[in-house]
Amino acid sequence: MRITLHIWRQRNASDKGRMVRYELPNVSEHMSFLEMLDVLNEELITKGEDPVAFDHDCREGICGMCGCMVNGVAHGPLPETTLCQLHMRHFKDGDELYLEPWRAKAFPVVKDLVVDRTAFDRIIAAGGFISVATGSAPDGNAVLVPKDNAERSMDAAACIGCGACVAMCPNASASLFVSAKIAHLGLLPQGQPERERRVTAMVAQANQEIFGSCTNMGECEAVCPKGIKLENIALMNRHFLGANWAGREGVEAD
Amino acid sequence: MELDSKCPTGPIETRWERHRFNLKLVNPANKRKYTVIVVGTGLAGGSTAATLGELGYNVECFCFQDSPRRAHSIAAQGGINAAKNYHNDGDSVYRLFYDTVKGGDFRARESNVYRLAAISLDIIDQCVAQGVPFAREYSGYLDNRSFGGAQVSRTFYARGQTGQQLLLGAYQALERQIGTGMVKMHPRSEMLDLIVIDGRARGIVTRDLLTGKVESHIADAVVLGTGGYGNVFYLSTNAKGCNATAIWRAHKRGALFANPCFTQIHPTCIPVSGEYQSKLTLMSESLRNDGRIWVPLKKGDKRKASEIPEAERDYFLERKYPSFGNLVPRDVASRNAKAVCDEGRGVGETGLAVYLDLRDSIARLGKNVIKERYGNLIDMYNRITGEDPYQAPMRIFPASHYTMGGLWVDYNLMSNIPGLYVIGEANFSDHGANRLGASALMQGLADGYFVLPNTIGDYLASNKFPKVEASNPAARQAEQEVAAITQRLLGAKGTRSVDACHRELGKLLWEDCGMGRTAQGLKHALSQIPEMRERFWKDVKVLGTGEELNQSLEKAGRVADFFELAELMCLDALERNESCGGHFREEYQTPEGEAARDDEHYSYAAAWEFRGVGNAPVLHKEPLTFDYVHPSQRSYK
Ligand SMILES: Cc1cc2nc3c(=O)[nH]c(=O)nc-3n(C[C@H](O)[C@H](O)[C@H](O)COP(=O)(O)OP(=O)(O)OC[C@H]3O[C@@H](n4cnc5c(N)ncnc54)[C@H](O)[C@@H]3O)c2cc1C
Ligand code: SF4
Ligand code: FES
Repeated sequence: MRITLHIWRQRNASDKGRMVRYELPNVSEHMSFLEMLDVLNEELITKGEDPVAFDHDCREGICGMCGCMVNGVAHGPLPETTLCQLHMRHFKDGDELYLEPWRAKAFPVVKDLVVDRTAFDRIIAAGGFISVATGSAPDGNAVLVPKDNAERSMDAAACIGCGACVAMCPNASASLFVSAKIAHLGLLPQGQPERERRVTAMVAQANQEIFGSCTNMGECEAVCPKGIKLENIALMNRHFLGANWAGREGVEAD
Repeated sequence: MELDSKCPTGPIETRWERHRFNLKLVNPANKRKYTVIVVGTGLAGGSTAATLGELGYNVECFCFQDSPRRAHSIAAQGGINAAKNYHNDGDSVYRLFYDTVKGGDFRARESNVYRLAAISLDIIDQCVAQGVPFAREYSGYLDNRSFGGAQVSRTFYARGQTGQQLLLGAYQALERQIGTGMVKMHPRSEMLDLIVIDGRARGIVTRDLLTGKVESHIADAVVLGTGGYGNVFYLSTNAKGCNATAIWRAHKRGALFANPCFTQIHPTCIPVSGEYQSKLTLMSESLRNDGRIWVPLKKGDKRKASEIPEAERDYFLERKYPSFGNLVPRDVASRNAKAVCDEGRGVGETGLAVYLDLRDSIARLGKNVIKERYGNLIDMYNRITGEDPYQAPMRIFPASHYTMGGLWVDYNLMSNIPGLYVIGEANFSDHGANRLGASALMQGLADGYFVLPNTIGDYLASNKFPKVEASNPAARQAEQEVAAITQRLLGAKGTRSVDACHRELGKLLWEDCGMGRTAQGLKHALSQIPEMRERFWKDVKVLGTGEELNQSLEKAGRVADFFELAELMCLDALERNESCGGHFREEYQTPEGEAARDDEHYSYAAAWEFRGVGNAPVLHKEPLTFDYVHPSQRSYK
């Protein structure tokens, strides 16, 4: 089938950037979206034009490296599917697709469709962990975890850190990402001792990284390739309020 | 060169404990005076960087992705083994040790494997404490499953995302150390050379992938946890970025490369659909528990699966291996699938696939049970192929998956270059000629959390480290060599893309050094590779400059190294005149068509020394002895 692509081309952070049109007359429906971009790049290289830069690695929907906006939707039209797992059979002959990088102040564009997401790492470094030094753990079965909690924790832990939630949010809020980590660790008994410190530190860091605030638009949940739920944000807010309350009472010493 | 494995002797149960007691310790107050470079943030590198940071060392950590959380370990699905015996089904450290030595077809060191099995217990404890949401039973206890043909349930898992969850545990521990300043993280940085000064590893040269800046980093020891080289075949189940560059360039600086021909082909992957194919997706082999594997009896039978009557189907694994049936080990299943396709009985458009059929299980257990067991996998298959496995059988084919070979290391995980340590899939240590399912994650974390942080202290405490400046001539020299490679790649200005060259190499290697190898095929490959490599250097086309994000340039450097490694793989495979584990030489098989090992002549690890591109490398042999598990012929009839 024939696909027309309009791709955001930007040489580097200081370049202004522009949309460029490319025609692909022979796209196989069995190709993945990224394989289509591979084919485009092969052609560009043959013609002596700079290939399109895009991030990717696993191509199995798990590393969180890929992603761009396809006609204004992060990771494209298929629900719960990363760009690398999206196949061309979901498009029609003659489709025109507009590809743009994630747009958010906290994710500056590096080149073409590649953005800098290190802000996410700094949020985790601020508190997204359980402080257990290697070797100090008790037996794996010493602390039981109700199956329900383990399952809900796993649902949240499935976040791949791709950033689609931020890209889709009109406020560029990182709340879905942050709350996924709060829920993953906060739903487990092992995560309780640091629960309040964690949420306070992570939220503070997210604010510092110029992510916007959450106004419950729900766009993030709609595009999240891993089905991370808005209810995590509610849980995060509860933990956050609890932590602040505790702080005011002077309970939280730190 | 004398290869000293430094393996302890005496009762195997206490070898590691006694060895550890004899290791020198670094005074806690002095630890921060030592700098350790860790390249890689997968299970091996990530866990080690975090642990060294906790211990108080000054750590510099590198990865080529934008975040340490994206290392290829994230993609592991099935699970991680540990001999907890939580199910009272007869498991023990000794049994895991035994299974691993046997599964590796008697080409691994007993001492290493026993230590791995013993440490498996601590790994689970550590990961649970970090918040890894392992599967649980209703009682709240940890759940286990049996995996890859094991007769006990010792595999811990987190849905189909075990690698992801274990890696996030290590990543979070690492980020904690980054937050405290103990670890400095350098993402989007690629190690392109090793700096060796006075015979010791003292640093690395990196290229900043965003700016192109080539830089030296100096340290007291260097740890490589840079993963496997399965992508040498171009198509594999590995992530696109997986590469051999770090270990290969260390090899060129003197580190021995052991057993390069020991590669694992996984039997159940989604087959190739066209020339544009960029990678192959693994389908968990748990599917073989309920799926029956077959091809048509007749050659070139192009009917739909549903139109082929029972009597005209060949369930070839069940036929040849009545007692193990569809559950034979990975290498046996893969080879048999290739054989029927070579006979012209393969299915699908390309004829390079066999059916994995859930029909009978659906009839026996109902669709719901099958959905519960394999829903995720079936969805994934459907997403990629657009076909519905509930209606028609899946098509599968083997693909390159894992590499048992890697840099040679001693019991301390140190290579023959003092101060250069190698951990995880990048080394050759624990799996012999074949890795069992759910054991790579175990090894990565054993090395990273528990072995290396102990052994590296001994090296640091036992040696003096004269101060080295980044302006040291050896560092400058290495930087210049790296810059020269970049210039040569950009300057070739040929006509072929990097991928086109890589695809060509991959096809050749798959044919001649893949599932079935012959002296003739290997000689053919050895005659072709040098020509191909020359053509690559002359005719590769890399656009853009070296001073910007340039993904073609990154790939080109990695493919250049694959061209050299491929030659060594073929040489190693040709030299090893026996079949063992993943290395199947068609000349050496039993009358029943099984791998025929030759313990008398080949019970050793082959460690190769680099002598210049195009020059014959020198083989060093580390003999293997078995005091506990006595070599026997594997049989799955
Ligand atoms: C699809 C799939 C499923 C699997 N499932 C299982 C399973 O269920 N159970 C199991 O036990 N095993 C499984 N394995 C195998 C297992 O995942 C790997 O062997 C293991 O994760 C390797 O970990 P590692 O830490 O050694 O390397 P990796 O995770 O590959 O990490 C390599 C790291 O090195 C960095 N790096 C590499 N080169 C450079 C360089 N030149 N400069 C800077 N950084 C560099 C990368 O950025 C990365 O951080 C699976 C493998 C695949 C492909
Ligand atoms: S919450 Fe969803 S969209 Fe956001 S980073 Fe995680 S996986 Fe991506
Ligand atoms: S490339 Fe890893 S999630 Fe898409």
